[in-house]
Amino acid sequence: MKLTRAIMLALAALVAAFAVGCGSPGESSDDAETTATTSATERVDVAAAGDVTLTVWDQEVRGGQDAQIRRLNEQFQEKYPNVTIRRVAKSFEDLNTTLKLAVSGPRAPDVVQANQGRPVMGSLVRARLLRPLTDYAEVYGWDDRYSKLLIDLNKFSADGRQFGTGDLYGLSQMGEIVGVFYNKRLVRRLPETLEQFEAQLAEAKRAGQTPIQFGNLDKWPGIHEYETVLGRYASPQAVSDFVFAADGASFDTPEFTEAASAIQGWARAGYFTEDFNGVGYDPAWQRFTRGESPYLIAGTWLVADLARAMGDDVGFMVLPGQSADDEPVALGGEGLPFTITTASRNPDVAAAYIDFITDANAARVLVETDNLPAMFVPEGVAPTDGLIGDVFAAWRALNEANGIIPYLDYATPTFYDDISGAIQELLAGKQSPEQFTAGVQSKFSEFTGSL
Amino acid sequence: MSAIEPATPTSPASAVAGGAAGAEAKPDWPLGGTRPEARPPGEPRRVGYLYILPAFLILAGLILYPLGHAVYLSLWHWDGLTTGTWAGLENYADVVSDPALRSSFAHALVLLAFYALLPVAIGLLIAGLVARAQVRGLAFFRTVIFLPQVIAMVVVAVMWRMIYEPENGALNELLRAVGLGSLTQSWLGDFDLALPSVGGIATWVYYGLAMVLLTAGVQKIPQSLYDAARVDGAGPVREFFAVTLPGLRGEIAVALTLTTIFALRNFDLVYITTKGGPGDATSVPAFEVYDRAFQTGQVGSAAAIGISLAVVIFLISVLINRVAERGAR
Repeated sequence: MKLTRAIMLALAALVAAFAVGCGSPGESSDDAETTATTSATERVDVAAAGDVTLTVWDQEVRGGQDAQIRRLNEQFQEKYPNVTIRRVAKSFEDLNTTLKLAVSGPRAPDVVQANQGRPVMGSLVRARLLRPLTDYAEVYGWDDRYSKLLIDLNKFSADGRQFGTGDLYGLSQMGEIVGVFYNKRLVRRLPETLEQFEAQLAEAKRAGQTPIQFGNLDKWPGIHEYETVLGRYASPQAVSDFVFAADGASFDTPEFTEAASAIQGWARAGYFTEDFNGVGYDPAWQRFTRGESPYLIAGTWLVADLARAMGDDVGFMVLPGQSADDEPVALGGEGLPFTITTASRNPDVAAAYIDFITDANAARVLVETDNLPAMFVPEGVAPTDGLIGDVFAAWRALNEANGIIPYLDYATPTFYDDISGAIQELLAGKQSPEQFTAGVQSKFSEFTGSL
Repeated sequence: MSAIEPATPTSPASAVAGGAAGAEAKPDWPLGGTRPEARPPGEPRRVGYLYILPAFLILAGLILYPLGHAVYLSLWHWDGLTTGTWAGLENYADVVSDPALRSSFAHALVLLAFYALLPVAIGLLIAGLVARAQVRGLAFFRTVIFLPQVIAMVVVAVMWRMIYEPENGALNELLRAVGLGSLTQSWLGDFDLALPSVGGIATWVYYGLAMVLLTAGVQKIPQSLYDAARVDGAGPVREFFAVTLPGLRGEIAVALTLTTIFALRNFDLVYITTKGGPGDATSVPAFEVYDRAFQTGQVGSAAAIGISLAVVIFLISVLINRVAERGAR
């Protein structure tokens, strides 16, 4: 009796849901309206735009990031007293989980930071919630501010299906590189080739050290480790073609497999922290700061922490290539791009704002607030000393050589899950390099088949 | 079942429990209404629905409508932004056929042992001991053991992540200190150990809850039953099975139901300790719901998993309560 009543209740709820939900979810009648945006042909005089309030959602909440955006917002409002910036600051995860709802809602913000790649920016473009900025890029000359890959990373075709080509949708402020930090007390001579690097790892291991600090309990650090090695086996073009799902691009190539087998070899030889799949990211780099290892493969977001803990004992380099005169290649990218929503009533002012926070003055502010600017930095502004000097030099060299490879997890909406778990299995020896690349490729083709 | 019960001669005790049914059986109201269609005394029955209306509206607005909407969403392929396409029962078929999803449900069932069975077993053991002897400072120990319940699960998970740290976590340090260095493990990083390790945290959290429920239940069992058992020559084990266990049936059902629900909806513990890793060794349905709804844009699939999970929880709790009730007859 109790059970039948419950079932009847459930049925009633079901009927109610259909009564309320009729039609498909996400259907909207204003598609035509939102696509009819006018194209900008010249810079708009913001001062003459009347009183404007720009709502900006950003995730620049930590130390130097927060300092730079505050300063730039102030400067912008000083320059244009008629503009008020209403800043909504959220942590990266909060922003990502609430962004889709906010942008598709009735009171969408004007400017939002939308993470690159298919999971966030791609789906927003597909739903026509972001305004293409190609016209503004021409007006303001944005293409000259960045190296090619950094511009491409913020591009999508209008239907959201092609990544890395088509219209520009946003601009980023900060650059980042995943590279090799080394302890100057333990590394006497910098390796110039991959072979020398591996020889040093073997030597450190013999001396009873942990050659590379690595903690993969959080799942994502494995992607950085694998891709750092991948950059030395596959060409940057092959990696970005794969991430952008260009025609014929594949994960299951000899180069990708070689890289997998190289890093599995490192894991097997004990070059990584013992039990790395059970060690967190933070404990791993903290051990590096205590001088327990010569090397740490990590991103430039650790620069401030490492410099504070180790002073002049720490340096930064890009993983050396097969021969000493190979062009530099490293995993890297840029911060979340600032984009304009189609719902914004003041796209011209929003574009002027994005221009303002990514121009030469902004680059200077970024350097002053201990950030690595993604855009080209004016002469004489970049620091040259210490760890931060190493990072700026590497960033410059990488951009000049077009040697940055993008994060693999941009590739498909589910790729982060697909590859992070697979790398844990690869490094634990649960999958052979061939199984790894074939398995990841099959997940990838499931997606490309649906394009 | 309730259709049969009034017909059978009822003992006074169950007539009290029967309440309304007992009153209906004796129609002696003033208008001599022995006719079958005569209504019971007092206000018309239908007015009763008016009384529950406010509560029902809140329930409907906050629970039934969202539930119904989730069912509705589960029938679509929807990324949360663009127009969805009809999926019918495909999302549900995936729950059964997709090996990754199936294994996440299997993990949830393994966790069930650590969330529900183990804590209740430990709780019963302690309750059995308490039943036999007067423990000095019982309230104090009860508070200490119950304490994990009070700490937010997020804090518990962060703390245990440190304890399980392979190199300088407390657990491995302890093993080394007592000369069992060979037993040290990468607790959360090992493919076979990660799930039991996560489960261990849950046992630590929930055995206190089970114990408090069960020791409270023990104190309600009349002392005379124990005296009688002892007079009949029952030892401690016999006493436990003959007196304590049957006396605690209701409490066990409550403890099992609560911990089962906690087990199946487990999200925070996995999210903080392992993110479902290594590989997919600790993925659980609730984590998949979060991942698909908020990270990978598979809202329909997330809803289908959520509904399936709700159905599984519902079935298991019905089962537990049926078994407990049947035992009570």
